[in-house]
Amino acid sequence: MKPTDTSDPDYFHKVVDCQWACPAHTPVPAYIRLISQGKYSDAYMLNRASNVFPGILGRVCDRPCEPACRRTRVEEEPVAICRLKRVAADHRGDITDRLPKKPKNTNGKKIALVGAGPASFTVANDLAPLGYECTIFEKFEKPGGLMRTNIPAFRLPEDVLMEELGYILDMGVDLKLGSPVNSMKELLKEGYDAIFVGTGAAKGKDLRLPGRDEASNIHIGIEWLESVAFEHIEKIGKKVLIIGVGNTAMDCCRTSLRLGANDVKVMARKPRAFFKASPWELEDAEEENVEILVNHSPKAFVHKGGRLTGMTFDLMEYDIDSSGRIVDQKIVGETTIPCDDVILAIGQNNAFPWIEETCGIEFDKWDVPVVDKVTFESTQKGVFFGGDSAFGPLNIIWAVQHGHEAAISIHKYCQGESLTERRPDKLTLEPTKMGMFEWSYNNSFDDSERREMDHVALTERFASLGTEVELGFSPEKIATEVQRCLNCDMQTVFDAPKCTECDACIDICPVECLTLAPPAEEAVLREAVSAANDDQALFISDELKFTGRVMLKDEDVCLHCGLCAERCPTAAWDMQEGIVTIHHAGDQELDEIFEAAE
Amino acid sequence: MVSFTKPKIRRKNEPTNDIGLIRSDYDGAMSTLCAGCGHDSVTAAMGRAFFELAIEPYRAVKVSGIGCSSKTTTYFMSQAHGNNTVHGRMPAVATGAMAANADLTYIGVSGDGDSLSIGLGQLVHAMRRNVNMLYMLENNGVYGLTKGQFSAAADIGSTAKKGGANEMAPIDPCALALSVGATFVARSFSGDKEQLVNLIKAGLKHKGFAIIDVTSPCVSFNDHKGSTKSYEHTFKYYHKAVHADYVPPSAEIRASYEDGETMPIELHDGGVINLRKLDNGYDPTDRASAFSKVLESGQSDEILTGLLYIDETTKDMTTRKNLPKRALNTIDYAELNPGANKMAGLMKEFG
Ligand SMILES: Cc1cc2nc3c(=O)[nH]c(=O)nc-3n(C[C@H](O)[C@H](O)[C@H](O)COP(=O)(O)OP(=O)(O)OC[C@H]3O[C@@H](n4cnc5c(N)ncnc54)[C@H](O)[C@@H]3O)c2cc1C
Ligand SMILES: Cc1ncc(C[n+]2csc(CCOP(=O)(O)OP(=O)(O)O)c2C)c(N)n1
Ligand code: SF4
Ligand code: SF4
Ligand code: SF4
Ligand SMILES: [Mg+2]
Repeated sequence: MKPTDTSDPDYFHKVVDCQWACPAHTPVPAYIRLISQGKYSDAYMLNRASNVFPGILGRVCDRPCEPACRRTRVEEEPVAICRLKRVAADHRGDITDRLPKKPKNTNGKKIALVGAGPASFTVANDLAPLGYECTIFEKFEKPGGLMRTNIPAFRLPEDVLMEELGYILDMGVDLKLGSPVNSMKELLKEGYDAIFVGTGAAKGKDLRLPGRDEASNIHIGIEWLESVAFEHIEKIGKKVLIIGVGNTAMDCCRTSLRLGANDVKVMARKPRAFFKASPWELEDAEEENVEILVNHSPKAFVHKGGRLTGMTFDLMEYDIDSSGRIVDQKIVGETTIPCDDVILAIGQNNAFPWIEETCGIEFDKWDVPVVDKVTFESTQKGVFFGGDSAFGPLNIIWAVQHGHEAAISIHKYCQGESLTERRPDKLTLEPTKMGMFEWSYNNSFDDSERREMDHVALTERFASLGTEVELGFSPEKIATEVQRCLNCDMQTVFDAPKCTECDACIDICPVECLTLAPPAEEAVLREAVSAANDDQALFISDELKFTGRVMLKDEDVCLHCGLCAERCPTAAWDMQEGIVTIHHAGDQELDEIFEAAE
Repeated sequence: MVSFTKPKIRRKNEPTNDIGLIRSDYDGAMSTLCAGCGHDSVTAAMGRAFFELAIEPYRAVKVSGIGCSSKTTTYFMSQAHGNNTVHGRMPAVATGAMAANADLTYIGVSGDGDSLSIGLGQLVHAMRRNVNMLYMLENNGVYGLTKGQFSAAADIGSTAKKGGANEMAPIDPCALALSVGATFVARSFSGDKEQLVNLIKAGLKHKGFAIIDVTSPCVSFNDHKGSTKSYEHTFKYYHKAVHADYVPPSAEIRASYEDGETMPIELHDGGVINLRKLDNGYDPTDRASAFSKVLESGQSDEILTGLLYIDETTKDMTTRKNLPKRALNTIDYAELNPGANKMAGLMKEFG
């Protein structure tokens, strides 16, 4: 048994489940508290420091934080973290003068960024204020990457996107639209100090089945959405089949409804438990009366003289074991479903036709570039990758995180520093005790249920492609939802020498997550406090002075209610705000100044 | 923000007892005692014992006297019956309640002041009568509620927080209980829940008067250096002599007796208390042996704990006096009121 080392910054960080799960480690509880105080602009800026695009992400983030949220340990639904992010964006005041500025003088270093998606924009956001001359090359006439071309405007309005991209362009970033980079070899010759490749993974997969080459009206989802976004496609047939049941499929089916379809079916090969789409995207599609058919495996395209008339499917049956895995499958029949159009939404790949083999950039056997997971550097010095182009399709918030890391690397590279010597994350603890029964946060447990998002009525939302469906939270919903957050960053900090083993904390804890036990192996100690979730830490204190026992805390179920600290007669338990610092490019200089001053 | 209420939360996979209740169903109002008071820990142990025994709260009665300890009946099992009586009078109220309804589980909660000064006579007679109840004596050596005067349990030489040392001999509740016929005598410590919860369960299931003398430090007035009832002192001199496990009637009894150190005591409800002697040559079923052992330990700093004495054979008050086994209000009037003729006959007997 080893006592827990809470000085490891990851220890308390991991307790803040949402922040730990967020690729960019957005300080969620801190911004939720700011919202609860009506400080929307502050909440926006705090978000922006981590995730750069709070308005965008507050609508369409993949929200890995929500399934991780601690709230799900005491009830079904997580805190509506994403919706609250939008609240910060919707209600912020004019924050333009709080944004990083274009510096008076550049540092003379030139950076080429290929592709104007969230990854490149994040790199530019971090580097331009430091004096780097950033040039973004984009093949399309509009910036934003898939956020523009594939995420439909009814989920992400154009003005929201443009405003947040605009903040970065205003830092003196040069955006060259309609400028595809056709040769890496040429680009390397142009004298840039570093190159960032943020070209995404926007090659949609095709489905080679009988009839594919003969039949018309078969679209590849990603390309089709792109054509819709650029208004090259303005309508579709009445009956549409979508193949695949991921998030792209959800955008394709809902977009079809807005282009004139009235019978849209999403065809899934497997049962519902295997759907790739996020639950909320499925919910939104089904609300629009999209039908999802399971256990249909595509077999052939049916056509009459080249005109698509339908699709044939094998009807599947699966044997699923107790752990939910498919162990066997069989075909139990066949069916043909008539349709006017088929949209294929079965995945996407990277493709780099413009990167010559002789550039020194290695690709693995799946044609994915070999990119270092920490530095984001490719096998060619000074060429960095991030976003979907680095490791295949992910999502916006990962693209942002890659962008931050790549920016650190580029900064170090240009300053001639080692890329691998990166500053470790930092955690500082601040006191929160304000007085008797009083903490700097609202420690009472609010048992309200998750607030639902209001939507534009079904009768109105299909009129135009750009009608945003989600209306945002009302003041009542904001007020309730913010109190559902448990303030997981208010850490329980234990000072072993002060403990008199009176049991007060153990007895008061509403979730029984504390106990005292003789020192033993962690597995034994876990049992002593019924800590069943091995993914979450067990806190083990030093041996206590009176009995040599150790204080145990199961971090899994703690509500951060502060009652242990309130009840402790010697303040051995204290509630302290843990502030996590994740370094970004440029923090370096600031840190050195502070360290020198200390 | 001000918040000092324990929220009621049902965790996923929260354990339930045999009647489907969760541990917090046995909670009461928020305690108003000082943070760190031993009494709160005893309260938690009582809540846990009732939970583990799966006693319906409405089938239980909590009675107490006056003092910080006596206040604690409010802090657990809010759905049980209860009465905070006047100072030292809890045993009489419990005895009367028992006569009116012997079909409930009775727990009395008191302090060393309430029990050993003003209430001493009451306590002794309840023990003599062998009233079927568990009496929790939360012993901190002082009158906590009235700001820390020495109680009759204060050890000679123990110092007050401000002022001198106690010079009078203490009353040892266990020695007292053994001398007046209590049938279940135990000592424990608020800081040892493992032992305490087991003793409470055994005490509640014992048929007859059970007393547990629980050292329960007063953090505000008697937890300093020089006090023999502080956390530090108790942890230091605490000694386990006998270990007791309550095994409910349905459970399979799997203890191993062959080493001669584990002794099963069968209870009236079919359950068993498994005694495990941790000290050699100690027989917790022999009153004289227990008495001498308790007196002996009283001569040293050692705090002798565990189930020190048990006697399941002596009849409790209800049995001995042939009182109704069920509540008087469930007996119909004709049976309850023997009528004028019976009364006249009875009067003649004493004629
Ligand atoms: C239909 C669909 C819906 C999605 N919905 C969501 C969602 O709701 N939430 C979410 O988080 N993620 C979503 N995603 C994923 C998300 O959009 C991407 O993960 C993210 O945009 C990747 O960012 P990026 O910067 O790596 O690249 P991209 O956004 O793909 O941007 C790459 C840019 O590079 C340009 N480019 C490519 N090659 C060149 C070249 N040679 N020269 C110049 N320019 C070039 C492209 O035109 C494009 O503008 C969705 C994806 C799809 C397909
Ligand atoms: C008749 C009467 N006399 C005196 C008091 C004052 N009084 C209140 S509590 C108490 C002693 C309580 O001591 P104890 O039972 O040990 O309880 P503790 O507070 O220590 O738990 C006294 C003397 C009283 N309330 N009523
Ligand atoms: S309760 Fe709040 S701080 Fe905790 S994980 Fe959920 S959103 Fe994050
Ligand atoms: S803050 Fe303390 S009392 Fe509250 S749940 Fe966590 S450990 Fe328990
Ligand atoms: S005065 Fe002593 S006995 Fe009373 S609540 Fe405070 S610590 Fe407990
Ligand atoms: Mg007392």
